[in-house]
Amino acid sequence: MSSMSRRDFLKSAAAATAASAVGMSVPTEVEAKASSAEAGWRWDKAVCRFCGTGCGIMVATKDGKIVAVKGDPAAPVNRGLNCIKGYFNAKIMYGADRLTTPLLRMDDKGNFSKTGKFRPVSWKRAFDEMERAIRKALKEGGPEAVAVFGSGQYTIQEGYAAAKMMKAGFRSNAIDPNARHCMASAVVGFFQTFGIDEPSGCYDDIEITDTIVTWGANMAEMHPILWARVTDRKLSDPDRVKVVNISTYRHRCSDLADMEIIFRPNTDLALWNYLAHEIVYNHPEVIDWDFVKKHTIFATGFVETGYGMRMPDEAKKLGYSDKELETIRKEKSKVVSEREAPGLAPLGYKAGDTMEMKHRGHALGHWEISFEEFKKGLEPYTLDYVAKIAKGDPEESLESFKKKLETLRDLYIDKSRKMVSFWTMGMNQHTRGSWVNEQSYMVHFLLGKQAKPGMGAFSLTGQPSACGTAREVGTFTHRLPADMLVKIPKHRKIAEKIWKLPEGTINPVGYQHIMNIHRQIESGKIKFAWVNVCNPYQDSANANHWIKAARKMDCFIVTSDGYPGISAKVSDLVLPSAMIYEKWGAYGNAERRTQHWRQQVVPVGEAMSDTWQWVELSKRFTVKDLWGEWTVKGGKKLPNVIEKAKAMGYDEDTTMFEILFANDWYRSFRPDDPISEGFDNTDVFGDHRNVVGSDGKVFKGYGFFIQKALWEEYRKFGAGHGHDLADFDTYHRVRGLRWPVVDGKDTPWRFNVKYDPYARKHAKPGEEFAFYGPALKKIKRGNLKKIDPSLGKIALPNKAKIFFRPYMDPTEIPDNEYDTWLCTGRVLEHWHSGTMTMRVPELYRAVPEALCFMNPKDAKAKGLKQGDMVWIESRRGKVKAHIETRGRNRPPRGLVFVPWFDERVFINKVCLDHTCPMSKQTDYKKCAVKIYKA
Amino acid sequence: MNTQNPKKDTKPKISERRRFLTIMAQSIGLSALGGLIWTGYVEEAKASPLLLRPPGALKEPDFLRMCIKCGQCAEACPYDTLLMAKPGDGLPMGTPYFIPRDIPCYMCTDIPCVPVCPTGALDQKSVSSNEGGREVLDINKARMGLAIIDHESCIAYWGIQCDACHRACPLLDEAITLEYVRNERTGKHAKLIPVVHADYCTGCGLCEHACVTEKAAIFVLPRDVAMGKPGDFYVKGWSKKDQERIKERNLGKLQTKTKMSEKRAEDYLNMDEGLFDE
Amino acid sequence: MSRILKMRYLILRRITQIGLLFLYFSANAYGWKILTGTLSSSTLFQTIPLADPFAILQMLSAGALMGVNVFIGAAIVTLFYGIIGGRAFCSWVCPVNMVTDLANWLRRKLLLDKAERKVWVSRNARYWVLVLSLIVSAITGLAAFELVSPITIFNRGVIFGMGMTGGVLLAIFLFDLFGVKNGWCGHICPLGGFYSLIGRFSLIRVRHNQPNCTLCMKCKEVCPESEVLFMIGKKSTTVNMGECVNCARCIEVCDDDALGFSIRDFATTEAKGDNR
Repeated sequence: MSSMSRRDFLKSAAAATAASAVGMSVPTEVEAKASSAEAGWRWDKAVCRFCGTGCGIMVATKDGKIVAVKGDPAAPVNRGLNCIKGYFNAKIMYGADRLTTPLLRMDDKGNFSKTGKFRPVSWKRAFDEMERAIRKALKEGGPEAVAVFGSGQYTIQEGYAAAKMMKAGFRSNAIDPNARHCMASAVVGFFQTFGIDEPSGCYDDIEITDTIVTWGANMAEMHPILWARVTDRKLSDPDRVKVVNISTYRHRCSDLADMEIIFRPNTDLALWNYLAHEIVYNHPEVIDWDFVKKHTIFATGFVETGYGMRMPDEAKKLGYSDKELETIRKEKSKVVSEREAPGLAPLGYKAGDTMEMKHRGHALGHWEISFEEFKKGLEPYTLDYVAKIAKGDPEESLESFKKKLETLRDLYIDKSRKMVSFWTMGMNQHTRGSWVNEQSYMVHFLLGKQAKPGMGAFSLTGQPSACGTAREVGTFTHRLPADMLVKIPKHRKIAEKIWKLPEGTINPVGYQHIMNIHRQIESGKIKFAWVNVCNPYQDSANANHWIKAARKMDCFIVTSDGYPGISAKVSDLVLPSAMIYEKWGAYGNAERRTQHWRQQVVPVGEAMSDTWQWVELSKRFTVKDLWGEWTVKGGKKLPNVIEKAKAMGYDEDTTMFEILFANDWYRSFRPDDPISEGFDNTDVFGDHRNVVGSDGKVFKGYGFFIQKALWEEYRKFGAGHGHDLADFDTYHRVRGLRWPVVDGKDTPWRFNVKYDPYARKHAKPGEEFAFYGPALKKIKRGNLKKIDPSLGKIALPNKAKIFFRPYMDPTEIPDNEYDTWLCTGRVLEHWHSGTMTMRVPELYRAVPEALCFMNPKDAKAKGLKQGDMVWIESRRGKVKAHIETRGRNRPPRGLVFVPWFDERVFINKVCLDHTCPMSKQTDYKKCAVKIYKA
Repeated sequence: MNTQNPKKDTKPKISERRRFLTIMAQSIGLSALGGLIWTGYVEEAKASPLLLRPPGALKEPDFLRMCIKCGQCAEACPYDTLLMAKPGDGLPMGTPYFIPRDIPCYMCTDIPCVPVCPTGALDQKSVSSNEGGREVLDINKARMGLAIIDHESCIAYWGIQCDACHRACPLLDEAITLEYVRNERTGKHAKLIPVVHADYCTGCGLCEHACVTEKAAIFVLPRDVAMGKPGDFYVKGWSKKDQERIKERNLGKLQTKTKMSEKRAEDYLNMDEGLFDE
Repeated sequence: MSRILKMRYLILRRITQIGLLFLYFSANAYGWKILTGTLSSSTLFQTIPLADPFAILQMLSAGALMGVNVFIGAAIVTLFYGIIGGRAFCSWVCPVNMVTDLANWLRRKLLLDKAERKVWVSRNARYWVLVLSLIVSAITGLAAFELVSPITIFNRGVIFGMGMTGGVLLAIFLFDLFGVKNGWCGHICPLGGFYSLIGRFSLIRVRHNQPNCTLCMKCKEVCPESEVLFMIGKKSTTVNMGECVNCARCIEVCDDDALGFSIRDFATTEAKGDNR
């Protein structure tokens, strides 16, 4: 491209920028020209490896190595900017301890031994061992004994391949992603409220709105580029634009915020109800009745649903300590406290009552109620009551707190104000996370401030593809691609058709969510587990149990990773994985934007992509191995589908590889696709390393464009159902598109007739909105307390639900012995468990260890001083950390914050594995600890 | 040093008194030479201006005078922050200092390095504040240096969402604040730019340590080096506190002098040179 | 056994020297609070201050106004050596003594004394250096000898890391080995000079028992300040000159029981050979 003149370059660069600024797709030729102007470096577009924001980057390669990155000026999310994690994308793949070869625990004779030391083995040996372990697991426990820890950081193709092999091949639904810990409550909120997953709005709301409220979201550290946009919006009109930060401790968002509300953990439930109470009782004039009546109904559900823990007797049998059982007991029943009693009064509870968790098994159950019942439920949530239970800073006066609540109310109910409520883990990692998600829509719906530009409750995601892979592909135990569920026969049938499976292949029972996988390894049910693109042994609460189970139980744990972390350490087999730019892939961010990238470089050592690992594993299993009869949960039988398979032209010895990943349709994707011209494609062609593959021979590639085939098959699921995705090639030309992508155009706001073609399709004439999501659209009816069978069922096409959800106490509350709340989370400098960022010298230097952030007065009262090493001890475990009484996070008295990125400050040993009983998402934000000098 | 040839020479004997005087003179001469070299070396060693001293250190000349080089401060430091200058460091030998990029001062609230100083080179009073009539140690009063930002290499000035220095700052939002500036290039992001405030910055160097650029874009310099000094003849009209900056105005030095005012008024007036074009 | 007996004081001195260094080292390395600081100034058992009086003198000369603690520390040290130990600092405490002793021993083994090209430095030079260091301190406002003192450099090097300290020690070693016999300790070091002055009247002294003397002169050969032994073979008295470092090498090498430790003999204080 040296013949391109400077003038040409400027022209094409300007065109690229201008085009992307207006959301136009840039023709490939211009883009190619623009990207090769730097001598010797090849620039190509990709996406940042880290959070859910989904910033576009450009990656420069030279001689097969990544040499630099830059923010992609054409990317609409970040327009060429990055945060410091994004700044270091070029450095994450070259840590000195990258895993480069499979490692197996072996004894001195070279045989596998659970107690052996890790030694290098060939890929063939690795797959032999995996095959052996899976066959053993299947024999002993059926498909449910084979499990996968999946990820919101899978590329879409990897996640799709994994889900397909698990659900279609192994007929196991024991695959669940770490996104369970991250987004599950938001998902339940979306499903129950809208009938379809993922936000209605998009990031453009930030530039359009004039009021931004963060509820349990430290955007300043966790979504820095979006925070930069919020900040810019504030600067654009400082008097008009208001920013409110609502949190249990002071963090960096308060710096910009006009107001900061510090609340007691779990009382966000009460805060939302306070807003609704004010609207319904004191300011009914602000209710958008037209919207509410046309597009919503009122609903509620069970409260006696437990806290997502093990049952106490089961825990006792497994040897949980008495201390642990003190908390676990609440899974069965609890005593209604003085604090929660007034809020539960409309449901018939008073202080001192025993609440039996009788609806533990059907926490998701909900039914329609009248507006009057809804109103009755909100009655207790007066300013006085809510202020009393929700004030989170003991040193703040009640008056000041009340004043803040009133200000918050005034902002929400101001008809002239556009409102955006953002949240992340504060509301999702919550024992009533699904509730509090639903409550946010409750307030926005009542005010008619949802699904309009600049207005809406918006759930931000933590991981780069929590939406794209975990949710849209459906790498959850209960899901199939495009919002379909394994339990719904029609959905299974659709999947079986697309996947060319005999009818009845897919297992209808999906209950092995991520905590269940840990728990079933502990109880001996799961015998094989494969860790993909995540670090579940560091990121799961109550980690002592799971680590012990992995090492002591008769199970085989495999970890595929780029770097050795805790999960690899507790595994039996470690597989070296290609990292993000070493493979083709795609991510989907929090605003439904799907972004693809090409393989930029050949992986290090013998590392191979996770897609390849799954496809190679599929070669080891045949129809007769997997498609016979199996027994699953509750004695339910999975039918033998071998005969049906034969009728479809398969025979007993056809491998899953041939059926799932190398059928004629897959093979029709030619390897010499123009999209991949000039780029490596290890999966398709092999590469110069000549890695010896799973069969002991040099891997020369599949010979067809497997990543494109996976994508094109995957997108069949959503097409025509409101999940439409563009074709593979389009994504390589544009800077991502927000689905549904209809006629080549993306959709910024869903459910709104003006912007969403599906809303147009579904809406009645003259209506502006259609909440067309198909799930849970026929429900029972009843009153606040229970279902009334006499009322029958109600269908609610195109309608959303406004839920009443009461305040309830969290599982574990500080007492005399364990006197402090523990909240965990992330820091800007490090990504998740730190396997990548702790290996970037600059980021390591910036934040070398996790600190225990503590109020200086608490420290003084405990005889501690800044920098002291302390023990943080809960009923489950303890860790040591240095205390920090200054700096970025300033907890109120009685609360400490400890980030979890540092495996040397293994805070998840302390955390409680309680979850939202609906979403099964772990609550990492509250448990009781004591702190004393180490 | 005094050297002489001990061999008996053949020259005539000199008197004892004369011999004594000669030796004295020689000794004084040699001492003067040695003293000159020694003084030069000491002055040179004193002149390394870029050292950061422990909290409470007196001004550099006083500190050098007072420091007995016992290292008790360095021994008291729990973070091994303080180093003792060694031969080869090219620094005033044996005096304590720290390099924040390697190990910054973590600003212990009990400041263990200061009370152990036997001479007062580390002045406890300067890092104490009065709390209810009681002197208590207050590390926030330390003034070890001042953080300076190189705007060219600070990536926050590029628009990168970094601010690692800000979050590392023990006095965050006081010693380092963020200035929000609209990024006109992207049209929708703000730059969050760190700004250091000399009134609060202790010079602990946690920011320099945390800075993610290859060579730190924020770095601590001794305050004398880092700071300019506005004149004491102007007070900010918009700041009530600014007058405190001017401790004492020397009334004897109010007269100004430039090349223009070198001559006395009458001398100037009586000079016609250059007045007329020739 | 007799060999060890012949070196009993030497061994004790090395134990003291290394032991003190170790205590200082472990205060920094392990946080032991027995003896913190360095030879310049330290704290014993976290309470008793100790300070180098010569350093204090220089700092005073430089114009430093110090806290009372260092003066107490300096007074304790001054009184200890002034009344009891004499110039024992140089042979029992100073770590550089180990270097110069080594140089001296090698010098004897290599018979360098015999082949020496005489470079003569007066033993009084140290007093000139002493005065000079006070003058330079006054001029520069900085304790001048402290800035270059190989004693504290070595001492700090052991505690905080050596850096180029080895170079300084090598210079002294070579100077003593090839240059002037006992060059550093016996001629140049102003701290040695300082302790000579304050130790002039101390009580613990080496006593010569003349009748036992066989005039073998081993004591003079081994003595680092041999002029203090002017009385050998001449009369029985204590070694009263301030320059004696109380190293007891003379006692050890004496095969005739003609030398031993004793209390100062005040009767015969007139010190011949005091050639200043």
